[in-house]
Amino acid sequence: MTSVALAFLALPVVAIFAQVPPGELVSALGSDAAKDALIVTAKTNLVSMILILAFGTPAAYWIATRNTRLRDVVVTVVELPLVLPPAVAGIGLLAAFGRLGLLGGTIEALGIDIAFTQTAVVLAVTFVASPFYVRTAVAAFESVDPALPAAARTLGAGPGRVFARVALPLAAGGLGAGAALAFARGVGEFGATIMFAGSLQGRTQTLSLAVYEQFDLDFDVALAISALLVLVSGAVLLSVKLLTRWRFASTSPIPFAPTTPTSG
Amino acid sequence: MALRIDFTHSLRAYDAHVGLTVDSGETLALVGPSGAGKSTTLRVVAGLLRPDSGLVEVDDQTWLDTTRGIDLAPERRRVGYLFQEYALFPHLDVSSNVRFGAPRGSSVSELLDRFRIGALGRARVRELSGGERQRVALARALARRPATLLLDEPLSALDAHTRMEVRSELHELLRELGLPTVLVTHDFEDAAALADRIGVIVDGQVVQEGSAGELVGRPRNAFVASLTGASLLRGIARAGRDGLTEIVLDTGASAWSTDEAEGRVGVAVHAWEVSIAREAPDDSALNHLRGAIASVTPLGNRARIRVGELVAEVSAASVERLELREGDVVVASFKATAARLVPLA
Repeated sequence: MTSVALAFLALPVVAIFAQVPPGELVSALGSDAAKDALIVTAKTNLVSMILILAFGTPAAYWIATRNTRLRDVVVTVVELPLVLPPAVAGIGLLAAFGRLGLLGGTIEALGIDIAFTQTAVVLAVTFVASPFYVRTAVAAFESVDPALPAAARTLGAGPGRVFARVALPLAAGGLGAGAALAFARGVGEFGATIMFAGSLQGRTQTLSLAVYEQFDLDFDVALAISALLVLVSGAVLLSVKLLTRWRFASTSPIPFAPTTPTSG
Repeated sequence: MALRIDFTHSLRAYDAHVGLTVDSGETLALVGPSGAGKSTTLRVVAGLLRPDSGLVEVDDQTWLDTTRGIDLAPERRRVGYLFQEYALFPHLDVSSNVRFGAPRGSSVSELLDRFRIGALGRARVRELSGGERQRVALARALARRPATLLLDEPLSALDAHTRMEVRSELHELLRELGLPTVLVTHDFEDAAALADRIGVIVDGQVVQEGSAGELVGRPRNAFVASLTGASLLRGIARAGRDGLTEIVLDTGASAWSTDEAEGRVGVAVHAWEVSIAREAPDDSALNHLRGAIASVTPLGNRARIRVGELVAEVSAASVERLELREGDVVVASFKATAARLVPLA
């Protein structure tokens, strides 16, 4: 039974590499569609990751160190995008930031055009990927032995210094693992992006969207991009494993797999 | 210098109310079962826990006064806090740990040398032995130049053979520092060895305060008596002949005490007051309780012998001479002056 299950999971991944010789895969990646998609993906995901780390880290620390009833509500809100169907996420983003959406008027008044731009891609990726980071980061901060921040306070460190010199370095392994997971989810984002940002080559067409479009036009290019994404996913998975192992004796294991929104 | 604490805080099962004064150079040990409010007291002094109401003063500085709305953040209170498992920072080496609390620009090399950890400066915490960890934690706590020292179970993380050595080192250090010190432990022997004064704390209340000798000699209740290591017999007391008190024990036998009491009491007897014989000896001891030996525990040249609820400490030589074995019926004797009557909790 195990071998059947393993074969079923491994076969599609192996097939991507088996269909086309490696040399042709590399040259197929040189096509304009693939190169454009690579640049769009790199740019938008870089901005998304910066946003996720900059806002997600303090938010996760706040959630992990607060023991209020509000916490469960906040955690649920943060985790909701995890289980939301991507199409629903896309509609939600349109309803909020689209031209006719809740904030559409405000955004237009500011002279910003979001729909079908790279800003829309960034928003979609950030919305869908951030829960992966925040969820893991909360667990990482919570696994820091509470005696350590307390000891730091009695040694004269204010809350800011406790965060920077104790909580952050001790949670670093878990934060890295969470960032890697969020990055993998962001690069693979499809549903919300295609609804909210469209699939315009060179503007909003990311690698995942390019696979879908090239699958009609040039199957080899679709295969080549897919192979690249398999390698990226594999590298992410490996780094998550290494990062979760890299932690200090005083902290308990960090569960990197996100749980259902009602738990934790 | 002195530390003054007086606070009330509602915990899950009861309200803790603790009022204590510790003079400069004095070490006060708080002893009691876990969850009694010992660590709560330390956390209130350090500012890690804000009590429902209360006061913490060190010298002429007020760290907490809920009536005046004063509550200094922990980082602004000059405490040296030794945590139970030492709470050393695992991501920093030994010298960075010690330097963490030191004033900016000051050198910690003197402290490292003083605690014999100078050679371990670059070592990570996980490479250290229990005794070394304790010294690093003490050096770190003192780098802050604290006005008071708080020690939470400073010896419990150590194994038996380093414990004795570390205990005498710590005792010497506390004397040298001359700071008002509060030490929390569940071990009466540690408290007796390290502290000038012991406060027994049960369910959030200090039930008795005094020197180790006072607690052993005049325990205020059954809990204090068993904490100091006394055996406890239970029975009903009434006035007897010659101004003595007769206690009819639950086992049916009678015991005599010079303490006055009436009604249900505990009889506290220390092991070194009890002697063991094959037959009731004709000596000054009034109390002779007959029973079978439940266990014989050899401790070097001494042995602890349990007869019913009573524990006797006798020399190994007499165990051999009397050929004492488990199951043998013997007579355990102690004087009426050695039988302390205490109210049962």
